Amino acid sequence: MATGLYSQHLHNRSIFYIRNSLIAVFLIAFAAVSLFPIVYMFAWSFGPAIESASTSYNIFPGRWSFDSYKAFISFSNYSLKWIWNSIIVATFTVLGNVIFAGMAGYAFSKIKFRGRSFLFFVILLSMMIPYQVTQVPLYILIVKNFHMTNTYPALILPGMCTAYNIFMAKQFFQGIPTALIESAKIEGCSQLMIFNKIILPLSKTILSVMAINTFLNSWNTFFWPFLVTSKEEMYTIQVGLKTFKFANGSLLSPMMAGACISVIPMFVLFFSLQKYFLEGVTVGAVKG
Amino acid sequence: MKKQEIQKKNLSKPRYHMADNISGWGFIGVAVAVFVIFTLYPVISAVITSFQEYKPFGSEFVGFENYITALGNDLFWKSIKNTLVYTVVVIPLSLILSFSIAIMIVPFTKSVQSVFKGIYYLPGIASGVAISVVWLWLYDASPNGIFNRVLALFGATSQNWLSSSKTAMLSLIIMALLSSHGANIIIYIAALHGIDNTYYEAAEMDGAKFFQKIRYIVLPMCRPTTLFLLVTGVIGSFQVFMNAYMMTGGGPDNNTTMIGLLIFNNAFTYGKYGLACAQAILLAIVIAALTTLQFKLMGEDIEY
Repeated sequence: MATGLYSQHLHNRSIFYIRNSLIAVFLIAFAAVSLFPIVYMFAWSFGPAIESASTSYNIFPGRWSFDSYKAFISFSNYSLKWIWNSIIVATFTVLGNVIFAGMAGYAFSKIKFRGRSFLFFVILLSMMIPYQVTQVPLYILIVKNFHMTNTYPALILPGMCTAYNIFMAKQFFQGIPTALIESAKIEGCSQLMIFNKIILPLSKTILSVMAINTFLNSWNTFFWPFLVTSKEEMYTIQVGLKTFKFANGSLLSPMMAGACISVIPMFVLFFSLQKYFLEGVTVGAVKG
Repeated sequence: MKKQEIQKKNLSKPRYHMADNISGWGFIGVAVAVFVIFTLYPVISAVITSFQEYKPFGSEFVGFENYITALGNDLFWKSIKNTLVYTVVVIPLSLILSFSIAIMIVPFTKSVQSVFKGIYYLPGIASGVAISVVWLWLYDASPNGIFNRVLALFGATSQNWLSSSKTAMLSLIIMALLSSHGANIIIYIAALHGIDNTYYEAAEMDGAKFFQKIRYIVLPMCRPTTLFLLVTGVIGSFQVFMNAYMMTGGGPDNNTTMIGLLIFNNAFTYGKYGLACAQAILLAIVIAALTTLQFKLMGEDIEY
């Protein structure tokens, strides 16, 4: 598998193996360093639910228990609802993006309608604007004008169809041969039928990648839910975790337990769908 | 003759069919509505607000006052400086790190490669809030804190990592450098796989060694990737908010106040919406200028 970059030492197997082992040792060492915070988080989440200052804490806890998880869950009446809220928000955000960004991406790549290139240009341009520019007007719009604080629509609607996803879908659909669509048209298919019967089955991978990326981003987003929720029962898990952190800054293990609760669902998702996660990284980047 | 003219006409001017117009706008309808309400309107409104003093019922037009206030404010410049320092240290180092790791992953088999990709990508899945919560404890100021234990190994004394003005920014930088490079590494690996073997073979004919291949083949061939990662990295770094907000609150003595945190505080702590919008627009201009600069400096002979 060695590419031409590593062509030397191929004739001398022992040097070849020593070289590769050295590289592997370094890679594993660096991986251990960058995974350490995660390991530390998991280990200490099973520590005691008491102030750490009073105990001399080690790298890993001495006695393992679920006390800290209980402490985090009993911190608020709504601790478990935060996870439920995150699931609802992320699910509807994914549905919105897959359906509407998918449809828009298809139209931008395969339907010749008036205003198409101008509109796409404007959407592309908007991707370069930092979110700080839109945050204040968006906040005023949702909170002061629409009075939508503490509602699911306030959490979901602004991210329901992102420019990035439209762009990604368009890039992918462009690769589908137009002849396929033309022949379906001649057979009498409407655009909606073409999209449902031909395009969607061809783009399961890209739509899965988009769904997973969107789910992850929505789950991890803190800023917007923090702005539009004020009641504890409407917090997402990230806002809940932040609130817990500011209320219990000195409780090591319960904080780790909270962090674990917020992270574990994504880790489960990652280990079951790793291929799509890793593919998602390069999909957006390759065309640059 | 006539036929040709008609064909020419068809080519020069795109013809739209009524059916396509209808179905096209039908397909993008929701997307455009969402875009107009939640992106386009806020951008326009931000520009207008930046010239106003916000009041719930009828804001007051104040001209360039918000911009003048922003540019005359020491804290604004300090936050720009902090953001610059953070970016200039973190982005190049993390690019070098991800590039080196990608180079080291490539000689292994496909399956080993994907194991490493997975391992390096994993920390990036955790949310910023969760990561901050963990790192707060790694930087614990007591001798039990992990970083202080590491210092003790080298015989150094314990530090107040996050609450001393000497080390606060350094702490945020170390955190960024040791957190996830997964995405960058994966993108670099993809770029490395895109380099055709014949380049290396030709170089070998000329007697090139490993580091010469890196220098004369890999680096130039990866330049579009590097440019892409550099530009997106700088853009992201200028919008950084989470680490300062969660870890230091901008302190001590505003030494870690980044521009993202400053705008947030002006808007949502002090309610100065006009000033916050003006600063955000200045930020957008800075980012646009930096992006153009990077393309100018690095992108001259890159073909897409």
